[in-house]
Amino acid sequence: MTAPAISVTGLTKRFGARTVVDGVTLSVAKGEIMGFLGPNGSGKTTTIRMMCGLLEPDGGEGRVLGHDIRHERRAIKRKVGYMTQRFSFYEDLTIAENLNFVAGLYGMKPARKAVRDTLADLGLTARRDQLAGSLSGGWKQRLALAACIMHKPDLLMLDEPTAGVDPKARREFWDEIHALADGGLTVLVSTHYMDEAERCHRIAYISFGHLIAQGKVPQVVRDAGLTTMIITGPKTAEAARLLKGALGVDQVAPFGATLHVVGTDAELLKKTVEKVARDTGNAAADSETSLEDVFIQLMGESEDTPT
Amino acid sequence: MSRFFSFTRLAALLVKESIQMRRDRVTFAMMIGVPLLQLMLFGFAINTDPKGLPAALVAPTQDRFTRAMISALELTGYYRFVAPDASAPLAEEMIARGDVAFVVTVPSDFGRRIERGDRARILIEADATDPSVASGAISTLSTVAASALRREAGLDATAPPGNGIDITVHRRYNPEGITQYNIVPGLLGVILQLTMVMMTAMALIRETERGTMENLLSMPATPLEIMLGKVVPYFAVGAVQVAVVLVSAKLVFDVPFVGAVHVVLAGIFVFVLALVILGYLISTVSRTQMQAMQLTFFFFLPSLLLSGFMFPYRGMPPWAQVLGEIFPLTHFLRLIRSVMLKGADATTVAGSFSALTLFAIGLALLALLRFRRTLD
Repeated sequence: MTAPAISVTGLTKRFGARTVVDGVTLSVAKGEIMGFLGPNGSGKTTTIRMMCGLLEPDGGEGRVLGHDIRHERRAIKRKVGYMTQRFSFYEDLTIAENLNFVAGLYGMKPARKAVRDTLADLGLTARRDQLAGSLSGGWKQRLALAACIMHKPDLLMLDEPTAGVDPKARREFWDEIHALADGGLTVLVSTHYMDEAERCHRIAYISFGHLIAQGKVPQVVRDAGLTTMIITGPKTAEAARLLKGALGVDQVAPFGATLHVVGTDAELLKKTVEKVARDTGNAAADSETSLEDVFIQLMGESEDTPT
Repeated sequence: MSRFFSFTRLAALLVKESIQMRRDRVTFAMMIGVPLLQLMLFGFAINTDPKGLPAALVAPTQDRFTRAMISALELTGYYRFVAPDASAPLAEEMIARGDVAFVVTVPSDFGRRIERGDRARILIEADATDPSVASGAISTLSTVAASALRREAGLDATAPPGNGIDITVHRRYNPEGITQYNIVPGLLGVILQLTMVMMTAMALIRETERGTMENLLSMPATPLEIMLGKVVPYFAVGAVQVAVVLVSAKLVFDVPFVGAVHVVLAGIFVFVLALVILGYLISTVSRTQMQAMQLTFFFFLPSLLLSGFMFPYRGMPPWAQVLGEIFPLTHFLRLIRSVMLKGADATTVAGSFSALTLFAIGLALLALLRFRRTLD
């Protein structure tokens, strides 16, 4: 087995008195697409920045592509493509000018050819002379992706790459990511979207700076040990009111005309749900627990124990 | 609540504005600090009728008549003899460099001629590059000679009354007292300072403000490369400004260019280098473009007042002169005025030149240290 692309242990970062990332241990194998999930402000961006040499960790250590994250930042920067959460290319430069700049910084020779190939690969050739500032969200994201894969990195770190991008562009973006991973590239991608999480080989869930779950999607869902039931019928709103805070019920969420009810104790949940369904004239049935249910559950649990 | 004016609405606006003002500490400090600084500088340092100007004395035989003459000059309050026993070449170098504003030459037969009853002569050379500096000191001369002799005669009754003293005044470098000769080369320094420092100060901050800094740092560029990348373009802009000002100095204002062009250009080169690096340093310590702008002005104002651009440097009190030394502009003004107007050579202005070099190197090191390689 080859060495992992990312291997960090006990990564910690404090901003003043606030511990933003607390002892995160993470390993990503070569060629793997790792989804990095967690609510806003949970420390995803900070963790990524520490791993690509943009922030100095206050504790912990690790290697990215075999290089020490504290002492070999320059080597890491050369081999990693990092796509920032906020669009961070020059809006007063055209697509081609931005890419030429990046090619120059990575010392690519011949830069002209690298830029031309990248433009063609990502379908940007027709817009090469358009100012980056005038691009829509989807095209900006495409430009950012082009810029961070142009130097043929071994590892991509994408920080919420699809925020504010329409579903079609998102779909195309993920097809691109999978194509790159097939070519041997390792990808770490942070996201809020469940459908995106399910397209990852493995996921890691971070909340309030703590890594609280990681593994393959079905495994994470199974490990959560949740039971989900659905209620259908004419009076779901009334059922929802009765179920909120009831014994054995942890989550109640309306999905269109149906109600998803989630709990950790299967027996107790079943009893409560069936009683409420009977009383309100609705029907209850067993259902599959989704990844989203798991995340809502995890989020709620970690909120109860703030550090 | 009135439709047109409501105190509640006004109060809400005032509260919000004062919170924002309090949060922006730099602006707040500027609003309090700048008036205070202006008051102190204008109030104490600036003197449009400068007294106690440094002078050199060239007098091979320092007899009692010479001493009487010198003390009479000192009594006017305008002259302060910092080099009371200078040789003629040394005195020439000092006035060319700007170390002294006057060279008083008393011929060796001065005393003998007075004793013999002949007309005696002394020569006062004034540095007239800044006409306002010399005028006060020169205007008192007519009464000085008479009072000196009267006093000397009173002390020693045997001395013959003499036939009077001729004081010859040479207004060096700018005999017609044309203000532009002094102002235009100085303006070159001021214009360069304002544009160079401000433009460079904006450069790095813009990256931070627009969020492109994170991207730039995630790519393999070293701090030195980033600094040079930011500084060199503005350096080129500075070169264009220099050409424009120097050509118009010649064509429009007819300012004499006595010294060697290459010495002036070398001086400008180091000066602009120091300025762009200073601007870069400012942008490493500020967080917004607004702050960078404020810091630039914070620096600009005292340097304008204390460098000798607006008011004679030698006319300021000693503490203000010491303060003036910390501005690159002060050294640049000395250099360019010495070379352009007085024809000083490279060795004469070596002091100013090395001061500017020191600024450039020191500021560059400071900027590289201040530069954050990470987003911490």
